[in-house]
Amino acid sequence: MPAIIEAMFAYPFLTRALIVGILISLCAALLGVSLVLKRYSMIGDGLSHVGFGALAAAAAMNAAPLYVAIPVVVIAAFLLLRISESGKIKGDSAIALISASALAIGVMIVSLSSGMNTDIYNYMFGSILSMSSGDVTLSVVLSIVVMILFAVFYNRIFAVTFDETFARATGTKAGIYNMLIALLTALTIVLGMRMMGAMLISSLIIFPALTSMRVCKRFRSVIICSAVVSAVCFFAGISSSYALSTPAGASVVVANLVAFLIFAAVGAIRDAMQLRLDKG
Amino acid sequence: MAVLSCENLCLAYENKIAVSDLSFSLEAGEYLCIVGENGSGKSTLIKALLGLKAPKSGKVSLSDGVKHTEIGYLPQQTPAQKDFPASVWEVVLSGCLSAKGLISFYTRKDRQRAMENLEKLGIANLKNACYRELSGGQQQRVLLARALCAAKKMLLLDEPVTGLDPIATADFYALIRDLNKKDGVTIIMVSHDLHAAIENADKILQLRCKPLYYGPAKHYAESEAGKKLLGGDGNACHH
Ligand SMILES: Nc1ncnc2c1ncn2[C@@H]1O[C@H](COP(=O)(O)OP(=O)(O)O)[C@@H](O)[C@H]1O
Ligand SMILES: [Mg+2]
Repeated sequence: MPAIIEAMFAYPFLTRALIVGILISLCAALLGVSLVLKRYSMIGDGLSHVGFGALAAAAAMNAAPLYVAIPVVVIAAFLLLRISESGKIKGDSAIALISASALAIGVMIVSLSSGMNTDIYNYMFGSILSMSSGDVTLSVVLSIVVMILFAVFYNRIFAVTFDETFARATGTKAGIYNMLIALLTALTIVLGMRMMGAMLISSLIIFPALTSMRVCKRFRSVIICSAVVSAVCFFAGISSSYALSTPAGASVVVANLVAFLIFAAVGAIRDAMQLRLDKG
Repeated sequence: MAVLSCENLCLAYENKIAVSDLSFSLEAGEYLCIVGENGSGKSTLIKALLGLKAPKSGKVSLSDGVKHTEIGYLPQQTPAQKDFPASVWEVVLSGCLSAKGLISFYTRKDRQRAMENLEKLGIANLKNACYRELSGGQQQRVLLARALCAAKKMLLLDEPVTGLDPIATADFYALIRDLNKKDGVTIIMVSHDLHAAIENADKILQLRCKPLYYGPAKHYAESEAGKKLLGGDGNACHH
């Protein structure tokens, strides 16, 4: 194993992918806890499909992909939040609506312009080769900003996630924090999408939170555990992708699935033992 | 000086009126109990007082002396947070957040305040417990402790003793009385416990969409509306 890891770091593109990927995994894990608990986890899925549409449009216009996708996805995030808060259309239906439409528009643009090529395939399923060094810098800077904002507003994010009504009643502007979470999620998704693929990026948001909730019982420990699980799974996924020549995005998702199963088993065994102790 | 006043307040859901023609004002440091049958608009009124629900007509005003960040609130039902991973300590401490500015880290004073409130409610031993694994009454006490952390000048409680055992209920009434008398916190409590309301409160407001009684608690038992409710008949509001 260490030999493989050593060999991996010999490739600059792999080192870059690891650095960016781990930072994005951390961001996704932090935001994911709040999104999952607020029943907004589908937002990640919706936004990634919007991101796919935006990348396809950028490719057709020969524009820099991230500079098109970031504003489009951020706007979509605000829209989704507005729609689900107004209560006219149920949150999950609104997301399904926008996500399918964006995907369809993306596919239309692709087939009318270049046709299905490797670029488009990479947008859907990800490629660690896709990052230019400019993208790397942008990704590192933005993911550090996401983490700092999350740390600074951590207590508020807890309060708004746990009980938004109480937070509003006692003078917290809950809307602002919901928007902050949506904005940070949008950024994380666009940045992670190139590597993980539009179809798979949302798993980076949902899996670590669900995994750590099998075992942890406090908000803080769920957050910390999610971050660790997410980073470890990303590393494990990329390593196995390198060793087995499998696609990076899919390998990371499988690593997350394995972690989820292990945590679920540990949680179930612990609860069973607790029950035994209580009885005895 | 009035800390809170309502003028011709009317509250509605879509086309259903929940509260109408309500005018009253409350002085700083007063203790108000809101009574009435189920569905008479009590919770709706509390939400309007907190600014969670916009009036259909009329207005609610909070005086300059009290800001929203100085109000504590105990909701009647907290939306199902069945699988939420949070410790009692995290929940209670979050009550201290309202007084803070943009950057909101807890100070030693906040921790002290949270600890005191845990002790007041007799749940200091549950500090590290997982909130979702507590019984209904224990959860209620945790939310009360959180409300106390937030209540600097005013405390709104919606059926606070639901789920508490008789001893905890008596302790809780004493606690609120202390908070009101010693710390001068304005109390607004929705309650079905009329005897406790008459005994503890300064004023009583009885609702059945419209106000049926508003005045001193000591005269409530002799009033027309009070006799009826104490007698235990009457139906919820029909429109
Ligand atoms: N979210 C809601 N949507 C529509 N109607 C509501 C809603 N909440 C309460 N109501 C109606 O408003 C009236 C007053 O309710 P509420 O204030 O909860 O009564 P109380 O707290 O006195 O039992 C009831 O008739 C109830 O059916
Ligand atoms: Mg009610």
